[in-house]
Amino acid sequence: MTRLPIADIAAGRLTPAQLAHNFADVVPPLQRQAALVEANRCFFCYDAPCIKACPTGIDIPRFIRRIATEDQRGAADLILSANILGGSCARVCPTEVLCEGDCVRNKEGDTAIQIGALQRYATDWVYRDGVQLFARKPATGKRVAIVGAGPAGLACAHHLAREGHQIDVFDARAKAGGLNEYGIAAYKVPDFAQAEIEWLLGIGGITLHFEQALGSQLSIAQLSADFDAVFLGVGLGAVNALGVEGDSLDGVRNAVDFIAELRQCDDLSRLAIGRRVVVIGGGNTAVDAAVQSRRMGAEQVSLVYRRGPGSMTATVAEQDFAKAEGVNVIHWAKPHRLLADDGQLTAIEFEYTCADAAGRLKSSGEFFSLPADSVLKAIGQTFDASDLIANLNAGDGPTLHLRDGRINVDEEYRTSLAGVWAGGDCVLGHMDLTVQAVEDGKRAAASMHCYLSAKEL
Amino acid sequence: MANLHCNFVGIQSPNPFWLASAPPTDKAYNVNRAFEAGWGGVVWKTLGMDPPVVNVSSRYGAVTLKGQRIAGLNNIELITDRPLAVNLAEIAQVKRDWPERAMIVSLMVPCDEQSWKDILVMVEDTGADAVELNFGCPHGMSERGMGSAVGQVPEYVEMVTRWVKQHSRLPCIVKLTPNITDIRSTARAAFRGGADAVSLINTINSIVSVDLDLMAPTPTVDGKGTHGGYCGPAVKPIALNMVAEIARDAETYRKPISGIGGIGNWRDAAEFLALGAGSVQVCTAAMHYGFRIVDDMIAGLSNWMDSNGYASLDDVVGKAIPNVTDWQFLNLKYDIKARINQDKCIQCGLCHIACEDTAHQAITAVKDGMRFFEVVDAECVGCNLCMHVCPVEDCISMLRVDDGSFGNWTTHPNNPMRKVPA
Repeated sequence: MTRLPIADIAAGRLTPAQLAHNFADVVPPLQRQAALVEANRCFFCYDAPCIKACPTGIDIPRFIRRIATEDQRGAADLILSANILGGSCARVCPTEVLCEGDCVRNKEGDTAIQIGALQRYATDWVYRDGVQLFARKPATGKRVAIVGAGPAGLACAHHLAREGHQIDVFDARAKAGGLNEYGIAAYKVPDFAQAEIEWLLGIGGITLHFEQALGSQLSIAQLSADFDAVFLGVGLGAVNALGVEGDSLDGVRNAVDFIAELRQCDDLSRLAIGRRVVVIGGGNTAVDAAVQSRRMGAEQVSLVYRRGPGSMTATVAEQDFAKAEGVNVIHWAKPHRLLADDGQLTAIEFEYTCADAAGRLKSSGEFFSLPADSVLKAIGQTFDASDLIANLNAGDGPTLHLRDGRINVDEEYRTSLAGVWAGGDCVLGHMDLTVQAVEDGKRAAASMHCYLSAKEL
Repeated sequence: MANLHCNFVGIQSPNPFWLASAPPTDKAYNVNRAFEAGWGGVVWKTLGMDPPVVNVSSRYGAVTLKGQRIAGLNNIELITDRPLAVNLAEIAQVKRDWPERAMIVSLMVPCDEQSWKDILVMVEDTGADAVELNFGCPHGMSERGMGSAVGQVPEYVEMVTRWVKQHSRLPCIVKLTPNITDIRSTARAAFRGGADAVSLINTINSIVSVDLDLMAPTPTVDGKGTHGGYCGPAVKPIALNMVAEIARDAETYRKPISGIGGIGNWRDAAEFLALGAGSVQVCTAAMHYGFRIVDDMIAGLSNWMDSNGYASLDDVVGKAIPNVTDWQFLNLKYDIKARINQDKCIQCGLCHIACEDTAHQAITAVKDGMRFFEVVDAECVGCNLCMHVCPVEDCISMLRVDDGSFGNWTTHPNNPMRKVPA
């Protein structure tokens, strides 16, 4: 087949049918019989290690047993009581390093129970049939503001709404879901994030407000004055810079922006993609960007990471997936400079790296370059505190304490500001995972509910 | 290579694997395929008097256990629903085509002497090797005074057997129903009546499941269900016990038995042989996987016999009977303790929770603050429960710790009826 004469960054590399195939469910759901066979493989361990490995503490053997005995409602109830975004987590959790990683079947030299797939089987019908498993308690008259409609904020909102509080959720974007809606590969959650949120909101008592950002339309001081309690689940707003020559060239962009654009695109055949794409980074965002580039029709996709495979935050399964998708994974190289011709990116030059005896990264002084029409930066996100604190910490009032660049919270997720809690990626000390954000929101909600219950109207 | 030739009360077959009287042996087409696959013999599906019975649509119910399909099977099918003459002609033809295979014909006619006399003449004309009296089917036919309605009354069993032996020179096998309090009573009756052998077990009365939407037992026939006959892997333990009870009974000691009940592989068959069965009959496993399974049964039994130095079936049949005894004769001084192989333990905790909740609190779950499973010898009574719940092969074993002395209940101080040594 001859290559279509398409420009180096262009739309329409693949047909709509090819694109539809490439962005469909990457792991199709288990059918009933397969789910029953898999559920029956579970040993129903006592004090099971998989439960301890789940940040939200889902009682995994018990929900699997309920699948095996065909009590799907009971299975869904166990999962969603512990993790209200159990549907998303079933799809996006790196289970191989969480529950499935600790499955005792691994020790037998066997394969772990497919816990993620079973969790999806147990919950899919809830969204499909619009079944409301939880009831809202009578209204308390207490009002809570939640900033950020990502996993942490939504989990917090749902738990507080169940207790009868009135919740207003504010998000800077045009849609709810946070990274589930904007930051994860499309084939992992096709048509799912919004369906899950719609179901979650079915509890009642939650109002969403879009395009409301702290520092512009909102301020913590105002929210604290208007509401009985505030939860901050704002995520990580900023992306690390490459810090090399040519960082601002056309064709160089953040991987998260590329993923968000792709997720929000109604017609992928009109979305431009580079012919030769280089992704820089070693996390799941890097893998999502690289694989989606391939699936958009990019001819050559390289993923370049400055250290070895063991240091990548992308799991082994994700790394293997990228390789199977035709991504050229290069280790031990860091970007040196971006090369352009007439203002247009043409290549990126890397320097080989190595680690010294103490594990510190060293430059080698040897270089190579990769032709590139598009460079996607996925070298980590940081908490952007500027808007959040600019006006707040200026005066003599109480200050929002940060630690290592993120919001500092105590064991109950309370910030240094009275009546203000925080959770999810914007707080320090946990894994930056959807499932952890849900747990943060859940725990913060428990603390907030105690606080609200004691507070007079 | 071991000789699997089977001489069972004069019925010769190249191996002891027969297909039981059931749907797989209903007509020449199936039986020819079975013989091509290597089955040593068949018991032709039960013949009755014309007009033939009528069968219902929806005939089987099954138990699926943890993903294992057909752990148990139940059926509400009756005896053959084809005209008697058709069956007899096919039996004669098949026997002519396969002279070295065993052809046993199962019979069930009303409980009067003339009916039995009439059908026996016709069966003899086919050249069949033997007859099997169906005193077992627990459903349908029993409502008409046949099948298990006869088999549950020892006097009837003896009477009909006597008629058969009077009116036929063919070897007579009496098939027993397990739906009875003491299997020995009907076995004794059969042999008193002159039976050459008994075969068992027939199927067990069962309702295999209830359809909770229809609120009716399965298999459901237009909204209603009826009890059926239960068979398949789930019934094997019941069958083994009944075979052993007959084999070691003083009155029927080591009499010929054709073993039936949940046999699906060579090992199942070997267990029946060891308890005194001279041949074995198979149905459910063939219905699950087809006739080809016999090849593996022949190979497996032969390989096992070779590696254990058994040259012929006679070396195996009844070998375990001397070790089947009454509880009162078991050695109360025998003592074993569970041992957990820590290299194999996958830390599922099932042994701990089983022992902790339902047995003797003899397995601890924590050591030095870590998840670790260990047996407390002082509490372990050697019940084997942990070994059975452990999902890892050979991880938990039982170690003998007693001094080798012997003492059973008959002389135990706690036994009020103990025999005091003179």
